[in-house]
Amino acid sequence: MSTFMQFITTGLRLGSVYALIALGYTMVYGIIKLINFAHGDFIMVGGYTLFFTIPAFMKLGLPGWAAVFIAIIVCAVVGMLVELLAYRPVRKRGNNLTSLITAIAMSFILENLAQAIPAIGPDPRVPYMLFNNDIKIGSFSISVATLITIVVSAIIMIGLYQFTQKTKIGRAMRCVSEDKQAAVLMGINVNKVIIITFAIGAGLAAVAALMYIAQYPKVTTTMGATLGIYAFVSAVLGGIGSLPGAMLGGIIIGIVQSGTSTYISSSMADTFVYLILIVVLMVKPAGILGKNIGEKV
Amino acid sequence: MKKENTAFRYLINLVAIIILMVVFVVLSFHSNNTLKLKVAPAVWQCCYLIIMAASLNLVLGYLGQLSLGHCGFMAVGAYTSALISLALQRAGFYTEKNSIQFAITLIISIVAAAVVAALIGVIVGIPALRLKGDYLAIITLGFGMIIVNLINNIPFCGQQGLAEGAASSALYANGLGFTNDEKQSFMWVGVLIVVLCMTTMVMFVRSKFGRVIRAIRDNEIATSATGNDISYYKILTFVFSAFFAGIAGALYSCANVSLATTSFAFTNGSILNSVFIVVTVVVGGMGSMTGSVIAAIGMFLLNYTIKNGSWVNALPEFLKNVFTYPMLVYSIALVIVILFRPKGIMGDKELSLFDIPGYPKRIASYFKNKKAAKEV
Repeated sequence: MSTFMQFITTGLRLGSVYALIALGYTMVYGIIKLINFAHGDFIMVGGYTLFFTIPAFMKLGLPGWAAVFIAIIVCAVVGMLVELLAYRPVRKRGNNLTSLITAIAMSFILENLAQAIPAIGPDPRVPYMLFNNDIKIGSFSISVATLITIVVSAIIMIGLYQFTQKTKIGRAMRCVSEDKQAAVLMGINVNKVIIITFAIGAGLAAVAALMYIAQYPKVTTTMGATLGIYAFVSAVLGGIGSLPGAMLGGIIIGIVQSGTSTYISSSMADTFVYLILIVVLMVKPAGILGKNIGEKV
Repeated sequence: MKKENTAFRYLINLVAIIILMVVFVVLSFHSNNTLKLKVAPAVWQCCYLIIMAASLNLVLGYLGQLSLGHCGFMAVGAYTSALISLALQRAGFYTEKNSIQFAITLIISIVAAAVVAALIGVIVGIPALRLKGDYLAIITLGFGMIIVNLINNIPFCGQQGLAEGAASSALYANGLGFTNDEKQSFMWVGVLIVVLCMTTMVMFVRSKFGRVIRAIRDNEIATSATGNDISYYKILTFVFSAFFAGIAGALYSCANVSLATTSFAFTNGSILNSVFIVVTVVVGGMGSMTGSVIAAIGMFLLNYTIKNGSWVNALPEFLKNVFTYPMLVYSIALVIVILFRPKGIMGDKELSLFDIPGYPKRIASYFKNKKAAKEV
């Protein structure tokens, strides 16, 4: 029983982190139809910012987790810069595929630039441990970090959903993702909406970075690559472009991964994750909650 | 373009290929240390990069479907050829590499690698019927990951291989793996395989099949309306592309004594991974075979000079740091190419030996037109 509970909590925790990252992927994809490969590396940026700011915050007597606000700002700025300097000029000139290649290139630039900067360096760093105590409920114990991860992700997801449904800018986002030309005609500043989307997505990646390093206290320059791919798979599984889909996909991937590690073999986790993805996409080509838009002739 | 030129064009290409082969045969039997230690390994690396880029171009450039798991097929080919040749070696079929028996082993391994990779290609091609664009990209990425992950978990694909193998580690024994001496003396074989593969692919692209595939890329619905079986052609292209990726894998296992699955991953620090192959194809120009060849050689040389060039050591400290990570230089080069030539270096044009004398004139008129367009 305790193995089972362990597997469920691990799955939910991993899944929540994936879901947070997947939200960023899904929002950007929804708006500009681009797989933002650099999104995984925003987590790396967030991770390193936290690595430097948490000790500074502790010295000032502030709670360590508050450093996440700095990380959110840094990530949002990096996200906006990537959009302004790389994606926007390429979007004007090329097609979808050239944008995709630019995204891959940006991902490499961020990763390798981080490695080339001496203060960040190629070696992994160990950040300060946060929330490292357990809560006991009967015979079952759960770490605070796990609990916080799940709760915070759930709150952020609900908040973000409400944001896109109720606020003016959120509505503008949905409008742009549905029909860009019509959005322009309705007087929406499309470029502004895209920039805001990038900022929000990258900000969420910073929160995900905090959650991730609370569990696995290690920051490396390539941490974003693996996390990013899993998160992207989650977004596709749930139906890319759909916020609840990203949540659902993230949690499914997390549970499958932790289930395979617990009951079969940790080295087979990848196979099962991608197998599930392939099976789901074969049955529902637009993902679990995605809308299948028929092609017009 | 006049029709009577065709025969002449073929003649020129034939002569060029013969000259190329003669040069490499001479180089292969010329004893020289630089040649042995530097040129031969580089030529082998170029060989499989060229085949990989060109075979991905079939799917990406001509069929218009993004495949992010192309190195998975290469991994299948590499492991198949390595294990088959290892089995033959252990069975005592050949002992020396300078024998007829080894030549037979080499042919068997390459054909087996290509066929097994093509069979896997059928499995990957089937989802391609239902999915498109980014969804297909992610499925192929998934297949690539699964292939690598499974190879990692199969006991006979690790350590000493076959019956003596163990899972989750690199394959250290490889029947094909050439030493530096052998790499040099077999260099012409590698080049010959590249020439054969490229010829087949170019012929495929120019055939009736190639025309239908390009039609599918341009307008799928119109193509099916004209009575072409889209599913058949899509799977055919995937299989054909996987077939050549398998051959590239066999060349890879010739050039490397030990095989590790990390070399075939989605991304890694080196220049052989699925993303890098996609990048090569896009830089060379989607839908241009000669573009793929040029880009593969160019990317390789860029990597090679950054890693081994003495000029890197002469740079100031910070820049030297930058050049320790060749991927950074690549990605910047990539963004520049994409910004100035969104269609890649060659676009969808082919470089023809026959046309080379006319190029300076054309380039001049291109700039003239551009200038004129600006003034208007």
